[in-house]
Amino acid sequence: MSHTAAAQVDQRPTDSEGQEPSHNKGKMSSAAISRRNFLHGVAFITPNFLGFIFLCLIPVCALFYIANTRWSAFGNPVFTGGANWRRLMRDSVFKDSFWNTIYYSVVHIPLTLVLAFGLAVLLNSKLKGRSFFRTVAFFPYITSIVAIAQVWNMLFDARSGVINQIIGIFTDNVPGWLGSTTWAMPAVIIVATWREAGYFMILLLAGLQTIPSELYEAAQLDGANAWQRFWKVTVPCMRPTLFFVMVTLTIGSFKILDLTLIMTGGGPGTSTLVLAQYVYKVAFERGDFGYSGTVSLVLFALCMVVTLIQFWYNNQKEK
Amino acid sequence: MTAQTAFPGAVSSADVPFNKKPVSPAKIIGTVVGYTTMILCSLFILLPFIWMVLSSLKPNNEVFMVPMKWLPSVWRWGNYANIWTDSSMLLWVGNTVFFAICVTFLQVFTGSFAAYGFSKIRFRGRNTLFLIYIATMAVPWQAYMIPQFKMLSAIGLADTRWSIILLQAFGAFGVFMMKQFYDTIPEELSEAARLDGLSEFGIYRRVILPLSGPSIAALGIITFTNTWNDYMGPLIYLRSPDLYTIQLGLKTFISQNSADYAMIMTGSVMSVLPILIVFLLGQRQFIEGIATSGMKG
Repeated sequence: MSHTAAAQVDQRPTDSEGQEPSHNKGKMSSAAISRRNFLHGVAFITPNFLGFIFLCLIPVCALFYIANTRWSAFGNPVFTGGANWRRLMRDSVFKDSFWNTIYYSVVHIPLTLVLAFGLAVLLNSKLKGRSFFRTVAFFPYITSIVAIAQVWNMLFDARSGVINQIIGIFTDNVPGWLGSTTWAMPAVIIVATWREAGYFMILLLAGLQTIPSELYEAAQLDGANAWQRFWKVTVPCMRPTLFFVMVTLTIGSFKILDLTLIMTGGGPGTSTLVLAQYVYKVAFERGDFGYSGTVSLVLFALCMVVTLIQFWYNNQKEK
Repeated sequence: MTAQTAFPGAVSSADVPFNKKPVSPAKIIGTVVGYTTMILCSLFILLPFIWMVLSSLKPNNEVFMVPMKWLPSVWRWGNYANIWTDSSMLLWVGNTVFFAICVTFLQVFTGSFAAYGFSKIRFRGRNTLFLIYIATMAVPWQAYMIPQFKMLSAIGLADTRWSIILLQAFGAFGVFMMKQFYDTIPEELSEAARLDGLSEFGIYRRVILPLSGPSIAALGIITFTNTWNDYMGPLIYLRSPDLYTIQLGLKTFISQNSADYAMIMTGSVMSVLPILIVFLLGQRQFIEGIATSGMKG
């Protein structure tokens, strides 16, 4: 089957549209065919590509210039060289937001990954009711973040929220959650993990289902126990999926914005102020678009560096 | 797993009718642990939603009662009638539905069109172009929202319906997802149509499009949900209350009536309900679409 497909593909450039596949007469030159294909291809891509260039590519490129300018709410950007970068180095709020982003990511990524993987393995078994559970677990991911943040804010209420009333049964020393600089970030992480674990579970489950069961049977015959089968069969087979999940999860964690913006507004103090929110704050609350571009670029670089490292690591492992 | 070797005594269970295989205690424990985990996790996931619905039906002073009460003393179904008059809910829902439909249409159309180009036509520069698409998918919108906002403002599109539609409609995600699907359609199919004299557009329209129902449905549902739930886009671009979407409207309502807990929960339920319905109807496409291509987030 694959042979015929390959043969057909190979023939392809010599066949021209609407003509007998007899190769001697009516044959378009290969240059003409590639030109025609190019025009057709471009025609199909253009509607989306125009929007893509205008709304995504140009802004991304413009960012590199804007990051080095002074640009207030009115007027045009003025190039200032490295001034923004020197300011960035002295900016303690920027440093807070940077470390908060790292803090959030370092806790959120492993937590979500382990939970999602565990649930995916559980759902890959033959338990009854797993399709119901799949639906339930996925649902938080697609519900509006405003509603979710609001409900959790009320659940986390320090004095009369449900969570502290439950914790209060066991101890008098209840956390202050969103009102406390120590507990606000854990609260945000709990909500984010609650929201996203189901989504990554679906991705991982799809990966798990592609692993042929023969591999497990063979491993079992060779005397591998469940733990060994997990690390020697499941994990290697899941590498492409895990890679995709890690990239998505990492970028998703670095760019976290709407959840903290609605839940805490970055507070109390700067305890939950993350990079993306600092970008938003500098731009739309202070009207300082140039400097917010500088912070954006840090966010951009952070995502790129981590993605490249993951790509490199994945390639190493695949060899 | 360890049934045969670890528990030779378990053979006796084979004597029981209808139970041919010996069931080891380890397996039973595993099953029990599995079900327990599943039930506990479901509860943990659903509790905020249950609390949200119950609170929306309570008299306002019962939402934050100490000690808490799960069920309302009086069921205030009237909250769901009042929300329409106490807020501009109807306007917000109308705006959001309008945005969501426009965006979904444009995204599905341009996405599947471009995906056809990337998947079924070979031309020079195709792979490079596609690589650029993929690369920008990894760039978070939060990193370039500022230049984008300044550009759209400069041409007078900020605070218009166009801004939201343009913002969402041309995502690389739709192209990526549709291409994933088109790549699974055998080359012979479009090849045969080409030999039959169909133009490229004819192949797209008559051969590929009729085959892509499920994936178009998936892309449509995902785009609709994303647009419905988007908060940051409307927050940055929309200033006039007339244009507010449900998320922006709900957030404004929350900050203006911050002590009106029951009504806030009623509004929240209203913002989640349509998505729940869409999700339950199109669940299969939704989850399969996600499983094959991930989802923009």
